Amino acid sequence: MSHDDHDHSHGHDHSHDEPHPYQPDIEDAPFTERMVMAQAVAELIVEKGIVSTDEMRAQIEFMDTREPALGAKLVARTWLDPEFKARVLTDVKAASAELGIDIGDIPIQAIENTEDVHNVVVCTLCSCYPRMLIGLPPDWYKSRAYRSRTIKEPRKVLEGFGTTIPDNVEVRVHDSTADLRYVVLPARPAGTDDWNEERLTDLVTRDSMIGVSLAKSPETA
Amino acid sequence: MTIRRHHDMGGLDAGAVEQTEHDYAIWEKRVDAIVKVLSTPERKILSTDELRRGIEELGPGVYDNLNYYERWISSATNLLLEKGVITVDELGAKMADVEARWQKDRDTGS
Amino acid sequence: MSETKYQAGDAVKVRAAFPPGHVRTPHFIRGCDGVVTQYVGSHPNPEELAYGRDGMPKKPLYRVKFNQADVWPNYEGPAKDTMVIDIYEHWLEKNQ
Repeated sequence: MSHDDHDHSHGHDHSHDEPHPYQPDIEDAPFTERMVMAQAVAELIVEKGIVSTDEMRAQIEFMDTREPALGAKLVARTWLDPEFKARVLTDVKAASAELGIDIGDIPIQAIENTEDVHNVVVCTLCSCYPRMLIGLPPDWYKSRAYRSRTIKEPRKVLEGFGTTIPDNVEVRVHDSTADLRYVVLPARPAGTDDWNEERLTDLVTRDSMIGVSLAKSPETA
Repeated sequence: MTIRRHHDMGGLDAGAVEQTEHDYAIWEKRVDAIVKVLSTPERKILSTDELRRGIEELGPGVYDNLNYYERWISSATNLLLEKGVITVDELGAKMADVEARWQKDRDTGS
Repeated sequence: MSETKYQAGDAVKVRAAFPPGHVRTPHFIRGCDGVVTQYVGSHPNPEELAYGRDGMPKKPLYRVKFNQADVWPNYEGPAKDTMVIDIYEHWLEKNQ
């Protein structure tokens, strides 16, 4: 399995890992009724000619290509090119296409962290997430605790991620309730003036694009 | 009377955000793919909004006892039954078949 | 594109309605006062789509900004903290 999510800084649970991604779903843990249901539905829609196995496989492989590195590339470019940043802020789809990234049909809006505003994204009603630009969300983003608390006590939630926002900076929480998804453009860390795009990209974490963290500083990179 | 539905949790008290994550398992990716391919503009067999509605209607106990993609497949399967894309009988037979195959694979250690 | 009732800068109130079905206006924001920051296009109505219908006519969608302290009377952070929520036009009323 391509476990190339670059952002495994937090402790996480590997109990669902599998060595062979396209083999039958035999895991160490017993399979659950819903896992059986998923396999049955996948087979039924193929047998009925609604979809082909090739399309199913292509879709799974396509989602595997969606990862935080795509968003990181976009963010790093905004740090280097103000005109590109302006285009990102008005049209993420078009700006992403310039980098060869197709974000699909669900609109994504970029929200920029500045000296005065720190942005953080939540979906209180479900778990909406800019998956086409940064991949599938981490478990905690979908958790009851994150969904309940971020909208009401964002600074405490951010503290839990080791992120302290000074009181003179506005914390702005975005609840993606409807047809748009949000990606945060974290601020460029100090001390990176002579860095090239590749090095800058390594500073842009998934969490910084959700807004629970800042971009990495050069010292910790 | 103010109805607050179970999934609508913004602002409620909750414990610490446990910073858990896992690499998605193939069965979870498959559920994701099922929903995506069935909701393409060409097919429109499912919509995201229907899927969400179905998840909300699982009710409080089930909603919390199932994980994310278990909720998705529960809702998607109910919708496919409702719409007549699959029948209860077909689903039951196929699930029994899958379970038997997996059990056999496990028993033979393959 | 449909006619829009509100524009950026308009003071609005979220309707204090509590229907039992599928809606995308969070419970906690109903009845709260905010300011429209942006019109973000018109979209098929999710309250219709959720039940298998086509969601037409489309509904204008706005980004609406609220002060945290106006939503949560006991908000602990600075007075400048805000939230922005996407809300469909039929969930908004003009605020004087």
